Amino acid sequence: MNTVIFRALAPYLTTLMMLFSVFVLLRGHNEPGGGFIGGLIAASALAIYGISNGVPAVRRAIWAHPIHLAGTGLFISGLSGLPSLFANVPFLTGLWVFPTILGVELKLSTILFFDIGVYMVVLGTIGGIALTLEERED
Amino acid sequence: MADETTSSYVDLSVAYVDATVQAADYLVVLPVIGPLIMSAFCLMLRRQQHVQPWIAGITLGAVFFGNIALALRIMESGPVFMAMGRWLPPFGISFNADALSVLMTLTASLVSLVCVFYSAKSVDGDGRRYGFYPFLLMLTAGVSGAFLTADLFNLYVWFEVLLISSFGLIVLGNSHAQLDGAVKYAFLNLVATTLFLIGIGYTYGLFGTLNMADLTLRIAESDGLPLGTVALLFIFAFAMKAAAFPLNFWLPASYHTPNIVTSALFAALLTKVGIYALLRVAGMLLPGSFDTFQEVLIWVAALTSLLGAAGALASTDIRKVLGFLVLSGIGAMFVGIAVVSPDGLRGAVLYAVHSILVMAALYLAAGVIGRMTGSFDLHSVGGLYRAHPFFAALFLILVFAISGLPPFSGFWPKVILVRSSMDAGEGWLTAAYLVSSFIAMIAIGRVWLFAFWRDDLDGTRIAITPLTRDEAQAYITPIAILVAVIVGIGLIADPAVHMASAAAIGIIDPSAYITSVSPVGP
Repeated sequence: MNTVIFRALAPYLTTLMMLFSVFVLLRGHNEPGGGFIGGLIAASALAIYGISNGVPAVRRAIWAHPIHLAGTGLFISGLSGLPSLFANVPFLTGLWVFPTILGVELKLSTILFFDIGVYMVVLGTIGGIALTLEERED
Repeated sequence: MADETTSSYVDLSVAYVDATVQAADYLVVLPVIGPLIMSAFCLMLRRQQHVQPWIAGITLGAVFFGNIALALRIMESGPVFMAMGRWLPPFGISFNADALSVLMTLTASLVSLVCVFYSAKSVDGDGRRYGFYPFLLMLTAGVSGAFLTADLFNLYVWFEVLLISSFGLIVLGNSHAQLDGAVKYAFLNLVATTLFLIGIGYTYGLFGTLNMADLTLRIAESDGLPLGTVALLFIFAFAMKAAAFPLNFWLPASYHTPNIVTSALFAALLTKVGIYALLRVAGMLLPGSFDTFQEVLIWVAALTSLLGAAGALASTDIRKVLGFLVLSGIGAMFVGIAVVSPDGLRGAVLYAVHSILVMAALYLAAGVIGRMTGSFDLHSVGGLYRAHPFFAALFLILVFAISGLPPFSGFWPKVILVRSSMDAGEGWLTAAYLVSSFIAMIAIGRVWLFAFWRDDLDGTRIAITPLTRDEAQAYITPIAILVAVIVGIGLIADPAVHMASAAAIGIIDPSAYITSVSPVGP
């Protein structure tokens, strides 16, 4: 898989896919998308970079071990249910705040954090599996 | 808070549960979310292995005390209910803890907690690096979730959670025997889970709902639907999970392979989740299914308990003896189920609690035997009474407890089971059960005789490696705690019997369960 064209293109492709995955993650509340599909796109981005430039390059680039990412994601998702405790509503009830930052109204919710957690779990798990499989091919 | 204003399309107020939730209500989700979040936290701290036992211990300790508080509340004021994300019950996923749920969760959390103590010494660096504690916490979360959920599909999800963490635990260490055991375990459990899923599919096709309270109502109203098929699928799947004869082959083939703490957890928890699901789904949701298949269940009960006991007598590896004793215990629980009476169910529930405690303690004790004599083989162990009299006494109590002798925890369920099967006129079943528990007593008594009583082997003294001070603390304390509870239940049986009765009544007459789920009425 190390044709010049693919290797030259892969970094741009990876960057684009990473950006797109975040876009998909954030639009996911009312439109198609969300943490799961965003995480899958991000994991594919890692896989493509791994195929073109080798797995060690990916591992250096993402700093953390994929399992760390997955663990952190699960932690965030789990915690996102807990603010409900202080609002006297059941676990995982969505809570919203609408702060205005620099003139833009932001719609922040515990659901968003849940989705970010899901994104990281999927990225960590599928990315980890993909990288391990690619390592075996060498 | 401001939900309704953000979404302009739908009037969400009709889809939401209005009742405010107190912090105390969170006790019903604590046994699941606590271990789940902390399991993730342990994953994040993958490199700081020395803090993981502390995290696991503190989490499970909190869960244990939370469960005690939950149990007290349920015994006082009935089932506790929480609808996740406020979505109304038939659509949203909800948790509902009644006496049966909380009794099982409480016992399970105690066993997980003492297993953490034990693991402090017995799980080495490799096991920890590959995630023993995250898996342990995840397993506890899955088991508690299965006990607490009020949704059939969610029950399946928790089965998957506990199954996947148990796959992780069973291969930790990566030896040949472990992989061999893991394949059998994984394959047969996946078959059972698939059957369960098919059963859920049929149920949803028939009733269009999977909420347990809702289902109970609709099934009571239904007429002429093929409920027997669905019930049989569920009974088959859960009997396989519970390792009842003739679906038991995965258990003796796999339980002796992993680290002894893992074996203890599995023996204590996994098969009982199957029993719980059987009681909840076949017993409560599909009333009459035990009646319909009584003939089969009686055979299953008799053969499971007899073959389990016989297998225990025929094995020479202590861990295999214990594996077969788990089977024999499952047979005893099926005796309670097969007689189809409130008393029988009460006996089954009480036996499940007893079995969780005793099997965990016995496996942990077997670990100590293996550690001190360097072997699990009955042909070469011995000399432990001389080396550690206190441990020998603890083990002897466990021998009496599992044989159902007074004044230990095995006595009361045995009395109830024998009496209920006599009352039901199933004299043969009573006889089979009594014979099996007699054989089981010989099998486990033989372990005690060989491992503790005997000093010499062919004239030479058996070499013992004494426990270090740290090891004695880490190994003996958890066993002593479990033995204390076992003796406690035996001497002061009232609270446990009372809860088991409440659990049995909850299975037969789920009206309290239903009203707690549907505060707005059916």
